[in-house]
Amino acid sequence: MTTMLTLENLTVELGPKDARRQVVRGVSLNLQAGRIQGLAGESGSGKTVTAMAVLGLLPASARVTGSARLGEVDLTSLRPRELNRIRGRRVAMVFQDPSASLHPQITIGAQLTDHLRHHLGLKRKAAQRQAMELLARVKVPHPQEALSRFPHQFSGGQRQRIAIAIALACDPEVLLADEPTTALDVTVQAGILHLLRELVDERDLAVLLVTHDLGVMSAVADDVAVMRDGRVVESGTRAQMFTDPQHPYTRQLLEAMPDAQESEVL
Amino acid sequence: MNELLKVEDLVVRYGGMTAVDGMSMSIRAGEVLALVGESGCGKSSTARAVVGMERPAEGTVLFRGTAVPPLGLRRRRTEFTAIQMVFQDPNSSLNPRKRVGEQIADGVRAAQARGLNSARPDSWLEAVGLQPEMTTRYPHQFSGGQRQRIAIARALAAKPDLIVADEPISALDASSQASVAAMMRRLCLEAGAGMLFISHDLSVVRLMADRVMVMYRGSVVESGPTPLVWSEPVHPYTEALLGAIPHPDGRGVLPAAPAAEAPEEWASTLPEALSRQVETR
Repeated sequence: MTTMLTLENLTVELGPKDARRQVVRGVSLNLQAGRIQGLAGESGSGKTVTAMAVLGLLPASARVTGSARLGEVDLTSLRPRELNRIRGRRVAMVFQDPSASLHPQITIGAQLTDHLRHHLGLKRKAAQRQAMELLARVKVPHPQEALSRFPHQFSGGQRQRIAIAIALACDPEVLLADEPTTALDVTVQAGILHLLRELVDERDLAVLLVTHDLGVMSAVADDVAVMRDGRVVESGTRAQMFTDPQHPYTRQLLEAMPDAQESEVL
Repeated sequence: MNELLKVEDLVVRYGGMTAVDGMSMSIRAGEVLALVGESGCGKSSTARAVVGMERPAEGTVLFRGTAVPPLGLRRRRTEFTAIQMVFQDPNSSLNPRKRVGEQIADGVRAAQARGLNSARPDSWLEAVGLQPEMTTRYPHQFSGGQRQRIAIARALAAKPDLIVADEPISALDASSQASVAAMMRRLCLEAGAGMLFISHDLSVVRLMADRVMVMYRGSVVESGPTPLVWSEPVHPYTEALLGAIPHPDGRGVLPAAPAAEAPEEWASTLPEALSRQVETR
């Protein structure tokens, strides 16, 4: 296994100087090529802040200690300009709301080709060809026509596919996905989960999947870490976490799932 | 038959867009009916028409045989406070400037106005799993999950015959969703009320609804007792919907994904999928 991203004792403090709060407290994780590392936990557990810290997307007042090493570079010690070169190029991201990563007034084609030309220095023609191939790969119907359309002309599921296409445009090593299917209908979610799994397998991507949904976690994650109050309380392979949880909090989460309970109706 | 609610051929339109396209249903006392389906399928519009927040373009909504009047700025007619609502966002039904005890007392007064006895606000708080002495606090002093429990307490305090709950647990943390849903079912049935429960979370619906209606693009495509629809779905959309639920069993099985985003067969009408009954022999 090849380790692509290593978080070591990552700690994040947020808030003004006189009222700092530790929201991530010493998180250590290894993301491996070709594997999906799930990060589970309830709202406020620090899972999203962990992902944001890796990308340097936290407010300037945030204090990050520990390290997030991508190969030889520690992302937490980079200056904004250096980080910009890595973000989107070597580490990409997908959010819950695809509208957050798509510009509403620019065509899909322009957004994809801008990205390709900026990061990879492709010529216009080559960028356009690659943009179409990407859209075809994420199974956006009629990719050629899709290039000249605007985000609002697509369904929520297709918008998320487009956001994934943009994230993968520069062939990143690491993908951070924060609740990528939470806003989608369950049938649409199933399609996105299939796509994510396929892309990880064929591109050897290392993925950090942040989700509160243990069903989603069980479907696609290879490894799972459970966070609570800023700490990883338990981590292991998917099978271990779901069938033989060790920490009482993990057990409590699993037992609270509707699937674990007998129907009152039956 | 103790029929509380009867909806017949309901059509709800927003401008030129038809959100609900001729749906019918009925709810009896002591039963939980769930509406499920993708976002935009018309389930929330149906709920809003049931409580009078939308005016039906066609069809009727009868509560105990009387048409539900549209909700206006004025106070609701006394007899219709027997319909209570719980929304996804508790902040939309709680007044931030009033102590929660006073807000629950409003519900108690609504019950009294209909000649019913209701418990004291502190015991309603206890009934939804909060401490009785919390009545003097304001909504902002509670977590989101606690606020939703308060909204439920306020609705129950009015001693409703019918509770309309639109995604009441979606904003809660995953670990409390199932327990709050179970609590709602228990309190509703203890009070002898009926409930229209709307949720996109099918696992929770399986847990608490006696009957389920599956909606797709404004129409009901399948309906029947929850265990029957779950174990033997007939309509292709129901099948796709149930097949797409990922289960937290740790097996790494991807849920079945439909071949296309919205296959035509999902919009088909199958008479045998409607008002299904468990066969008795």
